[in-house]
Amino acid sequence: MSHHDHGHDAHEHKLPFWQKYIFSVDHKVIGIQYGITALLFLFFGFCLMMLMRWQLAFPGQPLPWPWLANLFSEKQMMSGIMLPEFYNQLGAMHGTIMIFLGVVPLAVGAFGNYVVPLQVGAPDMAFPKLNAASYWAYFWGGVIMLLSFFIPEGGAAQSGWTSYPPLSNIAQDGQTWWLFGMVLLITSSLLGSINIIVTIVQLRADGLTFFRLPFFVWAQLVTSFLLLLAFPPLEAAGILQLMDRLLDTSFFMPTGLVVSGEVSKLAGGGNPLLWQHLFWFLAHPEVYVLILPAMGIVAEIMAVNTRKPIYGYKTMIYSIIFLGFMSFIVWAHHMFLTGMSTKMSSFFQITTMIISIPSVVILTALILTLWGGSIRYNTPMLFAIAFLPMFAIGGLTGLPLGLTAADIHLHDTYYVIGHFHYVVAPGTIFALFAGIYHWFPKVTGRKMSEVLGKIHFFFSFIFINGVFMPMFSLGLAGVSRRLWDQTQYAHAVPTQPLNVVISYSAWLLALAQIPFILNFFGSIFFGKKVNNNPWDATTLEWAAPSPPGHGNFETAPSVYRGPYEYSVPGQTQDFSPQHLQGGK
Amino acid sequence: MSAEIRFIAKPHPVTGVTNSKLGMWCFLSSEIMLFGALFSTFILLRAGSPAWPHGYDLLNVPLATVNTLILIASSITMVMGWAELAGKNLKAFKKYLAATIVLGCAFLALKGFEYGMKFEHHIYPSKNNFYGIYFTITGLHVLHLVCGVVVNLYFLFPGSKMWEKDPEQFLGRIEAAGLYWHFVDLVWLFVFPTLYLL
Repeated sequence: MSHHDHGHDAHEHKLPFWQKYIFSVDHKVIGIQYGITALLFLFFGFCLMMLMRWQLAFPGQPLPWPWLANLFSEKQMMSGIMLPEFYNQLGAMHGTIMIFLGVVPLAVGAFGNYVVPLQVGAPDMAFPKLNAASYWAYFWGGVIMLLSFFIPEGGAAQSGWTSYPPLSNIAQDGQTWWLFGMVLLITSSLLGSINIIVTIVQLRADGLTFFRLPFFVWAQLVTSFLLLLAFPPLEAAGILQLMDRLLDTSFFMPTGLVVSGEVSKLAGGGNPLLWQHLFWFLAHPEVYVLILPAMGIVAEIMAVNTRKPIYGYKTMIYSIIFLGFMSFIVWAHHMFLTGMSTKMSSFFQITTMIISIPSVVILTALILTLWGGSIRYNTPMLFAIAFLPMFAIGGLTGLPLGLTAADIHLHDTYYVIGHFHYVVAPGTIFALFAGIYHWFPKVTGRKMSEVLGKIHFFFSFIFINGVFMPMFSLGLAGVSRRLWDQTQYAHAVPTQPLNVVISYSAWLLALAQIPFILNFFGSIFFGKKVNNNPWDATTLEWAAPSPPGHGNFETAPSVYRGPYEYSVPGQTQDFSPQHLQGGK
Repeated sequence: MSAEIRFIAKPHPVTGVTNSKLGMWCFLSSEIMLFGALFSTFILLRAGSPAWPHGYDLLNVPLATVNTLILIASSITMVMGWAELAGKNLKAFKKYLAATIVLGCAFLALKGFEYGMKFEHHIYPSKNNFYGIYFTITGLHVLHLVCGVVVNLYFLFPGSKMWEKDPEQFLGRIEAAGLYWHFVDLVWLFVFPTLYLL
């Protein structure tokens, strides 16, 4: 037990509470702040979706519980029946919150902040104050998004998370709030990504060359470049849409647009497709921002729990770099049906097929990592293993969408919803759960309960498939996404019962999170105390105390070997930590 | 055990840069994408429009030419200031930095005058997409310049105290501020021909 000396120096004890925990510049505190805020937003976004699921399963019926219906105003629910405008708000904000306020801040803000400096052996991020600024920009962006629900006229944004004009241009004030919120979130991720890049490039411990970095650090590096370079075009698009909304410019407004029977008085001459190009130039790399850190987490956990090096470490790194690069030139595959020329479509179809290759390489390498390993089936490993087939389903169902011919049928249907949710929900979010279980002992000095963890895992795994698998059938049957009530379309009536299955699965999925919540908070106080390296892992974060004190390491570590030296023949133990010299 | 963050003042032996310099390069690459997206917007709107005016028919080219020269001059004074500081001459550095700020403000004043002329003729961003993109790009550029002036003012007065304690780090900060200033200057060198001369 070496964890009792937290190594707080005298300076740290002098800091008052608000400076130590609220306005901290320590990367670990900021990481925890990011993590908790993001988990709360994930929960909130999940609640929005559960409300939508009631309307989708039982269209036009009042909510079953009067107390729940009473929470909403007359503009949201009419005697417990959800109004279509409110459904649109829930849909738009579910997407926005889950992606920009939930998953990315958890994957990059929380894990990136907490783990990257530890894994590279640095005392903190390169720019601690910018790091805090990044968190607070994110926080206020989130507050703006939440407050927008309470705007008396029209409530929150309701033009979908993609905010396509001209609809979003003529939407009510909620959209303006959405845009201001996004500007803050973009600022936040800009500051965060610069910080992560500089930390990785500059602050690596002595001996920690680029090809000795854990795969997770590589994933964060590539992710940060995507955030750095892909978000500004959305910021530009946001500025242009703000100009359109506030100063009556016509960047996205075509000439002679008729709104509610009246010809628009604006100058016109703009192009709605311009928004789509700028938006997807961000939003496709954003998909990889969601998935790359997840791959990084899974690779770490696989190596530790199979007790062998990850298969094809360098190949995986080359793949992830290629993936990052390619993600910038596939964006228009979201726009095949916009009347783009066939030459353009062919180009983006080809790049889309090419980008699937490095994804499959990484997935294959992770599967081959399992081969011949002595696998420990603990909770983080279960989530990590489940990531593989879930991400595979998500990825492979994307291929038909990337082919222009198949996309004609599938575009904007529930098939698309099923596809990207498989990537993000049982894919990325499972990996994030794995990461929480895996690094919890480092953050708190205590392990989470295995029993509750396994209950959480198995029920989540069953119900999350119950949510997303039927969506493929809905989509193939031609049911469009974003419908308030699909039974109003004759072709969609036969598949309506599937919606009931999906909704019950979603609500049961919510119940399956209760063990996690109990486990999370309970383990902070009552979890089994552990030493610095409870998983017998090799990477640098496990060389620091649990939890690490201010400055992280007792002495600045030096690195003598690659990140995954497990079960090296001739060694007395089956892991050789990076910071220990020679064989033991 | 709280170890120091390395390479704040001294460059990394392998990468050859300090943290702040690398951070600034990252930030500027992101800025390139921001302005790049706006220039792409300009190209797309112009290419998709049946009739697009020539900038020189609508905008004040002589005024913008003067402004271009002012901004180039300010970049020269900025780098001269840095060179003086590298030669450990704080006084001369301050003179050059003050000149940079004055030139920056002169640019802003002329730009304000140009905007005022447009508003006087009731020309606003909503008039058409040419003016829309003109006001958006130049407005964003003005915003960048204002930020640059504020940062330089900080380094001229309260920020310069660091010179006593840690001259190396202060020099690094001025270099980073200079990179930003040159970038804002460079953006204008693209804005000027694109909007005024085409």
